[in-house]
Amino acid sequence: MDHTATTPTSPEVLKAMMPYFGEMFGNPSSVYSFSRQSRTAIEKARGQVAHALNADPSEIFFTGSGTEADNWALKGTLEKAKLKGKNHLITTSIEHHAILHSAEFLEAYEGVDVTYLPVDSEGFVKVEDVAAAITDKTALVSVMFANNEVGTIEPIAEIGALCRERKIPFHTDAVQAAAHLNIDVKAMNIDMLSMSAHKMYGPKGVGALYMKKGTRTENFIHGGAQERKHRASTENIAGIVGFGEAMEILKSRLDEDKAINSARRDKLIAGILEKIPHAKLNGATGDKRLPNNINFSFIGVEGETLLLDLDSKGISASTGSACSSESLDPSHVLLALGLKHEMAHGSLRFTIGRLTTDEQIDYVLEVLPEIVARRRAMSPLWEDYLKSKGEL
Amino acid sequence: MALDYSKKVMDHFINPRNVGEIENPDGVGEAGNPKCGDIMKIYLKVNDDTKIIEDVKFKTFGCASAIASSSMATELIKGRSIEDAWNLTNSAVAEALDGLPPIKMHCSVLAEEAIHEALNDYRGKHGMELIPVEHHEE
Repeated sequence: MDHTATTPTSPEVLKAMMPYFGEMFGNPSSVYSFSRQSRTAIEKARGQVAHALNADPSEIFFTGSGTEADNWALKGTLEKAKLKGKNHLITTSIEHHAILHSAEFLEAYEGVDVTYLPVDSEGFVKVEDVAAAITDKTALVSVMFANNEVGTIEPIAEIGALCRERKIPFHTDAVQAAAHLNIDVKAMNIDMLSMSAHKMYGPKGVGALYMKKGTRTENFIHGGAQERKHRASTENIAGIVGFGEAMEILKSRLDEDKAINSARRDKLIAGILEKIPHAKLNGATGDKRLPNNINFSFIGVEGETLLLDLDSKGISASTGSACSSESLDPSHVLLALGLKHEMAHGSLRFTIGRLTTDEQIDYVLEVLPEIVARRRAMSPLWEDYLKSKGEL
Repeated sequence: MALDYSKKVMDHFINPRNVGEIENPDGVGEAGNPKCGDIMKIYLKVNDDTKIIEDVKFKTFGCASAIASSSMATELIKGRSIEDAWNLTNSAVAEALDGLPPIKMHCSVLAEEAIHEALNDYRGKHGMELIPVEHHEE
């Protein structure tokens, strides 16, 4: 139950991709007719992706990943804006590292001033805060569509309307959101949007950047004339075909998936709250939360121990604890929500998807309470916590 | 993102030895802090005549390697004299676990520190001189 990390490439998608590994190997940049098949395949995929976003196909640029799309949007836009004397970027403190580390790079080497907007305890960015941060130097606003750790869905349409009114380009990292939500770039006034195929049952190694016509952005990858001279590199044809196919399938079943996932999500959340005392849900609730995201902190227990205990029962999950990663700092997202370090270390995330079943939800609800209780029983923090609550 | 733990670490994590508390302990020591994500508390029962550690228990908040380090460290000092126990190093704990990932070595340091704290607590209560504690840079 870690579908946010990645999803398996669906069999239909794989089937659509297969010919492009074999007989249809033409380089789309070649002139002979054999290569036309590859060109046609790419343009079909471009149409599939554009359609899903209510964009024009000419506004979709394929990249090597969602991370590349984020890097391109930030660095390309700030680079171009420099010519007009604009060097201010507005983003948030809960972005994915693809955005945060790009912003830090721009601060360190390009003289860019970055405003990192705070979020409230559920992870929401305030539209007023975006408005207040805008200056005559602001070159770009970049706010993620939905957070990958806690699932909070940001007020994108409102921020889009504000940016349009103030004539500031607006980028959103929709790597998670695009796999679960209906996105209309026109209605939401989005100028740039990043996506990744492998989060939506497509292949790894391919992403896209939507850029509204007229968006002023410098190229990020320089070289040949691919992607209408905006993104050099021989195209990953099979990957692009897979992305288009995955997007079309996703769109055709999105509402149905959303209903199923939301119901399972809410069952798991309600079950955990009922069966595990002092469990804290991180992030927003209902329609303001990604339909597949469940994130809890259990005071007194550390996240990695829960992951390993769950793993021994055959359940995959994820944590914001530092102990699960190569760094010693807990999740920047959970800290930005105002969680204390020990609560951030004690977080556990389940992200459900097409492989999830009702039985799995029941199984988690059966084993998790025991696991948490057992680890809490050996935790001095839990003892201190109970004493502080007068329960011991 | 599971780290590669040895079988011994996993064994001591899944089935930790000496978990719990000792009523009226002769020495208690604590190391770590919630900010770092690890707290270890060690309880000792010491025979006043022989100065042998007759029982030891622990409670730990922390990752798998912190729990395994506590479990192993308590095993290593149980039945030993307080002098021997003092000389238990973090690397001995890590070695007994067939190694820890480099980023998790601080967990074994925590075990060493908690034991030192507990032993000094005992010494203080029994009119013995405290041994200066070297704190590791972690």
